Amino acid sequence: MADPIVVAEGLRKSFGDVHALRGLDLSVPRGTVCGVLGPNGAGKTTAVRILATLSDPDAGHARIAGHDVVREAGRVRTSIGLAGQYAAVDEKLTGRANLRMFGRLYHLSRREAHRRADELLERFGLMDAADRRVAGYSGGMRRRLDLVTSLILRPEVLFLDEPTAGLDPRSRGEIWDSVRGLVAEGTTVLLTTQYLDEADRLADDIAVIDHGQVMATGTPDELKAAIGDRLDVVLEDPAALRPAATVLNAVAGSDPTMTGADRLSVALPGGGFRLADIVRELDRAGVDAADVRRRRPTLDEVFLHLTDRKEPVR
Amino acid sequence: MTALTPPMIRLRWTFTDGLTLVGRELGRLRQEPGQLVAMLIFPAVMVVLFGYVFGSAIKVPGGGDYRAYLMPGLFSMVTFTAVMTLTVRVAVDASRGVMDRFKSMPMARSAVPFGTTGADLLVGLLSLAIMVGAGLLVGWQPHRGLLPAAEAFLLVMVLRYALSWVGVYLGLVVKNDGVADQLVPLFLPFTMLSNAFVPTDGMPGWLRVLADWNPVSALTAASRELFGNPGAPSGDVAWPLAHPVAAVLLWSAALLVVFVPLSIRTYQRKGR
Ligand SMILES: Nc1ncnc2c1ncn2[C@@H]1O[C@H](COP(=O)(O)OP(=O)(O)OP(=O)(O)O)[C@@H](O)[C@H]1O
Ligand SMILES: [Mg+2]
Repeated sequence: MADPIVVAEGLRKSFGDVHALRGLDLSVPRGTVCGVLGPNGAGKTTAVRILATLSDPDAGHARIAGHDVVREAGRVRTSIGLAGQYAAVDEKLTGRANLRMFGRLYHLSRREAHRRADELLERFGLMDAADRRVAGYSGGMRRRLDLVTSLILRPEVLFLDEPTAGLDPRSRGEIWDSVRGLVAEGTTVLLTTQYLDEADRLADDIAVIDHGQVMATGTPDELKAAIGDRLDVVLEDPAALRPAATVLNAVAGSDPTMTGADRLSVALPGGGFRLADIVRELDRAGVDAADVRRRRPTLDEVFLHLTDRKEPVR
Repeated sequence: MTALTPPMIRLRWTFTDGLTLVGRELGRLRQEPGQLVAMLIFPAVMVVLFGYVFGSAIKVPGGGDYRAYLMPGLFSMVTFTAVMTLTVRVAVDASRGVMDRFKSMPMARSAVPFGTTGADLLVGLLSLAIMVGAGLLVGWQPHRGLLPAAEAFLLVMVLRYALSWVGVYLGLVVKNDGVADQLVPLFLPFTMLSNAFVPTDGMPGWLRVLADWNPVSALTAASRELFGNPGAPSGDVAWPLAHPVAAVLLWSAALLVVFVPLSIRTYQRKGR
C-alpha cells in the first residue's frame, strides 16, 4: 500500500471539561478516500480543524505530506483544501467573483485566477450561475461552490467536513461525482459524514469514531465482516413471533430485533451456520417461515453496533 | 511554502492580499447597489432630522447657523459608523466560515485585518463625500480655505482608520453576526454623548466630563475649528476641546497602538 499522506497520532483536544478528542489515530494512504464516520459530537469537526491547521491539538501530532500541522502550518496550507460544514464563501459576491478573489488570495496572477475560475465553473456545472450572487444560490450550488473554492490550488489532500449534510439526493449525487472525479486525478480525500451510504459509496477506508476515539477501521467490507452476518426471518403468521424469537435466540445466542410486524433480524456469531439447520429448528417449533435469509450487515448496523459500545473494539 | 518564503515576498503578499480584499469590498458594492442607496439616504435623514427638526430648538453657542454647527458633528458620526460596520462585517465572516477559509489558505497572516480596514477606508471616503455633498446642499461651507479643510478631512479619515481596527477587534471577539447586530444600537448613544449635536456645557457635570473626553467631541471640535464653523469652544474648556487637533491625533495613535496588535493576535490565534 502507498505511504500515508495524512497521519494523526494520539490527537487529544478538550474544550473545558468536554473531551472532544481522546487519542485519535488516523492514517490515510495517498490517493484514497478515507471516510470518518461518527455520530453528532463524535469529534469529526475537531479532528478536521486540527488537520487543516485551524486549531492546535492539546497532545499528539499530525502530519500532512510529511509536514507537521503545528510547526509547519504554512507549508501544510499549500497542500490542502478545506470545505467545511458551512459554505464558506462571500454570499454578497457572484460565484465567479468569489473564485477570482480566492484565486488571488492563493497568489495566482490575475490572469491565472480568472482562467482557473472559469475552468472550475465550467467543470462543476456552475457556469450558468457564475454571474449571480451566491445569496441567490440553492443549498446544493453553494456547497458545490464551496467545494470548488477549495480546489483552486489542486490540493494534494482535500478535507470535506460533512459535504452533503442537508442536501437533497440529487445534490448529494453531484457532490459525490465531483469527489470521485478528483480522486481519479490523484487527490486524497478525508471526508467526514454521518451518512453511512455516503461512506459506503465513496470511501476506500472507513474510520468509525465516537467519543473522540477510533472505534474501528477498515474497508466497508471488512467492517461488515467484523461484526458478523445477520439472519432475517419473515413469518407466515405474525402470531408466531414469540416462538420464532425463542428459536433464534437459542441458535444465535442473542436477542433478535423486530424489523416489522412479521419479521425478525438477529446477528449471527461467527462460525459455521447452516441455513438448513435454522429452518429445521423453526419447523420443529411449529413456526412457518415465509423467508429465511442470511446476509451481510448494512453499514448502518455496523455503525450502531460500534457506537453503542463504550469501549473501543480492536 | 510560507516557512520558506523570504520576508520581502511575505510583505508583498500582505500588500497584494490586502488589495484583493479591497477589491472584494468594491465587488460587494457593485452587487449591492442597495447599500449605496442606504449610504445616500442616511445623511439626508440625519441632516433633515437634526438640522431642521431638533435644530429649530437648539441655540448655537456664540451664535451662528445651526446647520453649519451641525455638519462637523455629522461628519464625526459617519466616521464612528466604521466601528459598527466592521464589527458586523468581521463577525459575519467569522460565523459563516469565510474566516476559517482564509486561515486555511497560505495567505499572509496579517493580510485579512489590514485588507479589511483598508477596504473600509474606501467606504469611509465614499460616505464622507456623500455627507459633504448633503452639507453643501443645506448651506454648510468650509470658510478657512482649502488647506485647513483638507486637514480636517484628513483627520476624519485618520480617526476612522483607527476606529476601524476597534471594529475588527470587536468582530473577532464576538464572532457571531447575531450578537454583532445587537451591538449596533449601542453606537448611537456613544456618538450622541458628545458635542456633535449640542454644546456640552449644558450637561450635568459627570456627563459633561464623559462628553468632553469622547473622541467624537475632539473630532467635531477640530472640524469646526478647521472649517471655521460656529461653535468653537470658548473660555474654560477641557483639554481635548482646547487642543482638538492634537487630541484627535493622540486618540488615533492610542487606538492604533492598542488595537492593531490586539486584532492581529486575535486573528492569528488558533485553538477553537
Ligand atoms: N469550540 C468549542 N467549544 C466547546 N466545545 C466544543 C467546541 N467545539 C466542539 N466542542 C465539543 O466537542 C465535541 C466534539 O465536537 P465536534 O464538532 O468535533 O463533533 P462532530 O463529530 O463534528 O459533530 P457533528 O456531527 O454534530 O458536526 C462536542 O461535544 C462539542 O460540543
Ligand atoms: Mg461537525
